Amino acid sequence: MAKTVFDKIWDAHLVKELGDGVGLVYIDRHLIHEVTSPQAFDGLRAADRQLRRPSAVIAVPDHNVPTKDREKPNPDANSAAQLAALDSNCAAFGIEKIDMFDIRQGIVHVMGPEQGITQPGVTLVCGDSHTSTHGAFGALAFGIGTSEIEHCFATQTLQLKKLKNMRVTVNGRLPFGCSAKDVALAIIGKIGTAGGTGHVIEYAGSTIEDLSMEGRMTLCNMSIEAGARAGLVAPDAKTFAYIKGRTWAPKGMQWDMAVNYWQSLKSDDGAFFDKEVTLDATEIVPLVTWGTSPEDVIAVTGDVPAPESFKDPSKQAAAVSALEYMGLTAGEPMDRVKVDRVFVGSCTNSRIEDMREAAAMIKGRKVNVRIIEAIIVPGSGLVKHQAEEEGLDKIFIDAGFEWRDPGCSMCLAMNPDKAGAGERVASTSNRNFVGRQGPGARTHLVSPAMAVGAAIAGHFVDVRNY
Amino acid sequence: MQKFDQVTSIPTPFTQVNVDTDIIIPAKHLKTITRTGLGVHAFENIRYGADGALTGEAVFDRAPYTEATILVAGENFGCGSSREHAPWAIADMGYRCIIAPSFADIFASNCVKNGILTITLNTEAVRHLALDGEAEAEITVDLPAETVTAADGTVFNFTYNPVHKEMLVGGLDEIGQTLQDEALITAFEIRQKAAQPWLYNRD
Ligand code: SF4
Repeated sequence: MAKTVFDKIWDAHLVKELGDGVGLVYIDRHLIHEVTSPQAFDGLRAADRQLRRPSAVIAVPDHNVPTKDREKPNPDANSAAQLAALDSNCAAFGIEKIDMFDIRQGIVHVMGPEQGITQPGVTLVCGDSHTSTHGAFGALAFGIGTSEIEHCFATQTLQLKKLKNMRVTVNGRLPFGCSAKDVALAIIGKIGTAGGTGHVIEYAGSTIEDLSMEGRMTLCNMSIEAGARAGLVAPDAKTFAYIKGRTWAPKGMQWDMAVNYWQSLKSDDGAFFDKEVTLDATEIVPLVTWGTSPEDVIAVTGDVPAPESFKDPSKQAAAVSALEYMGLTAGEPMDRVKVDRVFVGSCTNSRIEDMREAAAMIKGRKVNVRIIEAIIVPGSGLVKHQAEEEGLDKIFIDAGFEWRDPGCSMCLAMNPDKAGAGERVASTSNRNFVGRQGPGARTHLVSPAMAVGAAIAGHFVDVRNY
Repeated sequence: MQKFDQVTSIPTPFTQVNVDTDIIIPAKHLKTITRTGLGVHAFENIRYGADGALTGEAVFDRAPYTEATILVAGENFGCGSSREHAPWAIADMGYRCIIAPSFADIFASNCVKNGILTITLNTEAVRHLALDGEAEAEITVDLPAETVTAADGTVFNFTYNPVHKEMLVGGLDEIGQTLQDEALITAFEIRQKAAQPWLYNRD
């Protein structure tokens, strides 16, 4: 029977059918961080259970590590307790941990691919919903909750209901000024935040093939905002080239064996997709979110929509409260909306390519005086190092940006990086939910180029002619 | 885990759509290292005023809903971040069952692992039950029978994953259930290691 990539990975990891479409699925890779793991370790201890396969687990602190003055004592006692718990739990259970001061440290979804942990065909989980990022390599990767972390610790498996297949095909050349983030936002704008619910999205088409691995990660990252638990791209020569030589990558004869297997991970002709969506990349324009859901997307050249413009009454009501929260008026041109803070970072847009995209927008210009703070937070120590080798840090600092140490930072505002009530943020992260970047903070999701454009102009700008 | 058979309660009507896990429990409360005590922070932005005090105006804090064990919610409930603190917080408020037209996948699977039953019913049925909640009338959820009985006696049937049903009804722990298949897991590892040895280089 013709199978999709997802079907193939699922079948290759099925330990047992549990009935009603639920399978006991083997997990190859398990990434952990400080926020969602402590209770899982506690659970193991309480039930006197062992960690089944410590070598399949790797830990890195990222969610609430400070992005500056890291050497100083952590001002937040709760964060410090979580970071200390990660240390002691990893030591007690024999798990390899990347330290906060290690150059490899970074956002778990940036670190995994960099270390070659993420590979085609593997099942990879992490207690963070943006684990979907790793699907860029043709892995089945998805976020899990703490009980599942504990389950995976104890059994190296998960009980999962098989998801459905959905294919999003994007064809055509992406216009100048647009990047993978705009593709992701365009897809979510089209299918909505529940469009992929219950499905694994496979991204296909010439636009996706043309994206770099970084771009594919940005895209797969936001599968979760499209409602899907996982998103993936079939692996190709670009994927293999990215992995080759990395720490966890297969070597020697095993490399050839692996590539041989990885090449089989394509959806067969005639494979069945429960849902199909197509987009024309040539129609994509630089996008901005105006509301408090990632599906609230419009062109930067567009106007803030009126609640009446939505058919669905519940969507109308949601738009009324979103506009109120965001401090926007229907009909207001998006490119006149003023910005107070800028954040370039998060597992969506903190890789080297994002740093280059951001730096290219600066062209000797300065951060606008009205901007309270514009921070650039690389996704890992390695990204930071690479950017500094290329001199990008100087471009940022000279322009008035702050160049920070790697972590999740303002993406979820668990550390001191956050916006005040009513402050408007141009952010390259993935969620514009109420209060996500601090109580009352107003988040607009954009690409790195758009974020930097807003930092320079003090308001949103169409980066195609800026 | 507490066994789940029948639950009767005046349900809390809270039918806002797309309620994400940041609304259920804001990120600043994720810095815990235990599972209990999150209920006071649940739906914080809705329940507390700018001064940080409980306003008492939110539906969750009004009698008789303070005693409710069933929540009637809106479409796409629990979307957003996969944080399990969301079901912990809801469980800590005393809820054992949530009824909605749809749930975010991860949220629903996190619920069952924490003993919370999520029931998906059509919009009409959910509206009916929400109205019962507003009228302060009791409804009954019967998991073994897979029914929800509204105050006027209308019975809504639902379907629930049989594996999860067995767990909830039996008050079982999922890990214990899986460990019964340990031999199969070991056999899988042996097969996989032969076919894809590179996945075992670090063992
Ligand atoms: S950057 Fe944001 S979305 Fe990504 S892992 Fe960190 S908190 Fe989650």
